[in-house]
Amino acid sequence: MVHEMEEDQVDDMEVEVLTSMWPEDIDEAGKKFNVEKVGLHDHMLDDLTFVEEPSVVDFKRLVELTSYSEKGSSQLSNLLQNWEYKQENVVRLLREELETLSKQQREVELKKLEIFEQHRFEEDTYGGDKRPVSVLEEGYEIFQDVPRKRNDVIVEDKRVEVDAEYDTVIYWKQQALHLGKLLEASVQREQILLEKLEESIENLEKQASPVEELSHILKRADNFLHFVLQNAPVVIGHQDKDLRYRFIYNHFPSLGEEDIIGKTDVEIFKGGGVKESQDFKREVLERGLPAKREITFETELFGAKTFLIYVEPVFSKDGEKLGVNYMGMEITDQVKKREKMAKLREEIAVQKAKETELNKTIHITEETMRAKQMLATMSHEIRSPLSGVVSMAEILSTTKLDKDQKQLLSVMLSSGDLVLQLINDILDLSKVESGVMKLEATKFRPREVIKHVLQTAAASLKKMLILEGHVSDDVPVEVIGDVLRIRQILTNLISNAIKFTHQGKVEINLYVVADPHPEGQQEQKMENDDTSVSQNGVMLENESHSHETVVWIRCDVKDTGIGIPETALPNLFKKYMQAGADTQRKYGGTGLGLAICKQLVELMGGHLTVSSIEHCGSTFTFTLPYKVSHACDSSDDTDEFGDMADNESTDDDITCGFFQFQPHTLGSLFNSNDRIGPKEIITSMDDDFSSFDNSSEPENSSKCNSDIENTNCNKKENHDDLPVSSCSPSDNHSSKICEARKDSDRTSEHSSSNQQETVKSEKKPKILLVEDHVVNVMVAKRMMRQLNQDMDIVNNGAEAVRAVQKCKYDLILMDVCMPVMDGLEATRLIRSFEKTGNWDEATKAGVEPCDSPYDQNLEEPRRRIPIIAMTANAMSESAEECFENGMDSFITKPVTLQNLKQCLEQYVE
Amino acid sequence: MAAVPQLQRQFIEYTTSLYNEGYLDDQFTQLQKLQDESNPDFVVEVVSLFFEDSEKLLNNLATALQQNIVDYKQVDSHVHQFKGSSSSIGAQRVTSVCVLFRNCCEEKNLDGCLRCLQQLKHEYINVRSKLEALFRLEQQILQAGGSIPMME
Repeated sequence: MVHEMEEDQVDDMEVEVLTSMWPEDIDEAGKKFNVEKVGLHDHMLDDLTFVEEPSVVDFKRLVELTSYSEKGSSQLSNLLQNWEYKQENVVRLLREELETLSKQQREVELKKLEIFEQHRFEEDTYGGDKRPVSVLEEGYEIFQDVPRKRNDVIVEDKRVEVDAEYDTVIYWKQQALHLGKLLEASVQREQILLEKLEESIENLEKQASPVEELSHILKRADNFLHFVLQNAPVVIGHQDKDLRYRFIYNHFPSLGEEDIIGKTDVEIFKGGGVKESQDFKREVLERGLPAKREITFETELFGAKTFLIYVEPVFSKDGEKLGVNYMGMEITDQVKKREKMAKLREEIAVQKAKETELNKTIHITEETMRAKQMLATMSHEIRSPLSGVVSMAEILSTTKLDKDQKQLLSVMLSSGDLVLQLINDILDLSKVESGVMKLEATKFRPREVIKHVLQTAAASLKKMLILEGHVSDDVPVEVIGDVLRIRQILTNLISNAIKFTHQGKVEINLYVVADPHPEGQQEQKMENDDTSVSQNGVMLENESHSHETVVWIRCDVKDTGIGIPETALPNLFKKYMQAGADTQRKYGGTGLGLAICKQLVELMGGHLTVSSIEHCGSTFTFTLPYKVSHACDSSDDTDEFGDMADNESTDDDITCGFFQFQPHTLGSLFNSNDRIGPKEIITSMDDDFSSFDNSSEPENSSKCNSDIENTNCNKKENHDDLPVSSCSPSDNHSSKICEARKDSDRTSEHSSSNQQETVKSEKKPKILLVEDHVVNVMVAKRMMRQLNQDMDIVNNGAEAVRAVQKCKYDLILMDVCMPVMDGLEATRLIRSFEKTGNWDEATKAGVEPCDSPYDQNLEEPRRRIPIIAMTANAMSESAEECFENGMDSFITKPVTLQNLKQCLEQYVE
Repeated sequence: MAAVPQLQRQFIEYTTSLYNEGYLDDQFTQLQKLQDESNPDFVVEVVSLFFEDSEKLLNNLATALQQNIVDYKQVDSHVHQFKGSSSSIGAQRVTSVCVLFRNCCEEKNLDGCLRCLQQLKHEYINVRSKLEALFRLEQQILQAGGSIPMME
């Protein structure tokens, strides 16, 4: 039992001994290296075969290290200490055991003595038979007092139990027998103890050699190390302070011992990363602090590999640097993976950012489009009633009026025109921006255009300014382009120039320039950009074989006006921007003119620039490409100029390159073109109140009266070229106006319209709403009720057609997008009926006609039912689509009370 | 029960916040103006109709987008309806999501569509809870014997 206890102690100690193999500092948080008891799993390690070549050791160095390096020596002393401690312990234990044994021996001897004594007594009693019991009993007491250590375990202290009666012969006999047995047992135990003692001593002898034990432990640790490291992709090494390898363990050795030991990294390897790793090791050695680093090697020996390297400095006992320990682990794949992940993450982040950006852009675009559309719609809506007002005023001005009335009327007219122009500007702008604006390609004569623009400007000139036009000889007689737009630009620029110039002159210079982007223009026939301007012109004229060439013409509009401050230049072409708040107040205008010019020029593929010196003047320059047609002779008539009074231009005019208009020559120049009123100037963008004032002068207004219709018609023509306005409700108005014009009696017209209004309120018109959506239906219905109107409701185009077949409606409100049949088709079918008087088209489309009395009346002229589209996409394309399909107008969804009201007022009579 | 003026003030503040935060636009004001004694529950009726319709549309959209081959035309028509109805009651945010949704539809961008649907649901639920809260407030004012203040 003592032995057992002893063994427990040995176990504990063994663990301690092994842990001390490792540096103490790594052991703080818990034991990182635990080796099992010797012998317990030895077979496991026996099964493993260790290839020990990988580790290459410079043993001399190791001994040096262990004796000189702090860590080495501490480890060694630790080992020794532990061994000594263990030996001491073993000796101590053995001594204790010996003590116990000798004690037991003493006890046994005492017992022996007692037994002998008892025997003597027995003999005595046999002899004398007289013996005081008390003595014997006392003797028992004495024996019991013998000090015994651990006798509770070793000696079974049993009281001798004897059945026989006390103090008889039998009793004593039994007693003697019993004691004899006890003695025997005792002797036996003594024997065993002696054996054990011998065994222990033997053991002691066996374990006596420290070297043997240490090497045993070391071997086991070594085995474990190999076991653990045998497949790990690690390299462990020690290098001295010159960074020469003294020890290296590498599971995949590619170099022999002689290639490594005693050499430095740089000497062994060549390629990327080697230098870095060497420098890193040196750095660690110098700083004396362990560090980790990832290094990518690119060596011939093992290709591109990334290692995570841990380097720690090794110090001697006196703190001297001895070298470095280093450990490297190959993490090429991990690094690759990590890089891939990082890349992926980056891509995701970029994508996300892009997405949000895109969403934002979409949102902004949507908002902008909405705003623009709103503006356009608004302008569109304003224009229709306004043109009515202006037209009426124009008609009114032709009647007999007294002087005051005429004056008032002319103010009204010019104001109205100003607003109309503003609205047209806005519409123009939004058309250009939304890409609806289409350019015309017509043949025109640049010289004539310049002349007319100047003439027009001069006609309304109220300042002492000289207007000049210079057209270079190389400018072709005829070019192809959108003359209306070009005139618009020129007029804008000229009127702007005149507006801001108080003395001096305003001039237009026109000349051919080289193509600013020669490589981008396929049609460009100018072979040499370096050829002078005039040469180009000559070349162009000579190239009669070519069907079409492009010529770039530059136009400078130069004035000697107030100029533009440099700070204002960047904003000049922005919408609603003027050079300054002061300018706005002083000169008026909307600030749209230049923005429109720029957009128009860019739309035509050119560019508009400005240069200016404050108080000296500004020059606006635009360069545009024009096609030159040589196939057709210049003798072709120039219909485009029909709107210009001066059609009989002589040959001189065609080629003349210089025009001058001076204030005092005004009257003589305009003999043929008798009255160009303020109207023309009103069509310019940046019209100011000075022209407004001019027109308010009585003699002027009387002059212009005859012109008003003319110019107005021209304007209409111009706008009719544009897709959107072509079908706009303003047509409706103009037709109304035409009717009104025929009517000689204004007052009766006025009263009749009054009558119409009263009739309107008495008799309710029949209105049909075609809408598939319940919510929209409910809202529209409620709104109609608010307007005191009833309406029939159907849910799709087919139903609408049937409803029209059955009943006569005064107005149809038609949703565009609907199931079964959309609003466009339904409208087309209804219009087809109105045209042909039969429902064949509808039948073809799958809507069977039904009998109705209305249908029979083929003779009766069928009235055109106003059909108003209700559309959610308020884009002009869809508006165009509506008009193409025969709709009269459109309301933008969501329908509002104002919308509906206006619609009713306009279309229901 | 809270005093009528306090409730009314609360109502105005709440409505204003709905406009300011873009949940509602003028169209909703239009609806409110259409409501009168002869038609006292008009707004609630229209809006309930909108809720009903929206839930149906959202369901339809979810189903349509789950198909193996997504019929973008179908999806677009649902979204179009949604856009129409939401703009009719002035649920501005819902309408703008619909616009985005239609763009995605046009591009046949399934991811975009699904995202838009999610957003649409979100905005719809938002506007629904806001409107319901508004109606509750209205009810409280009416129960307290007050009248609904008119928003300008």
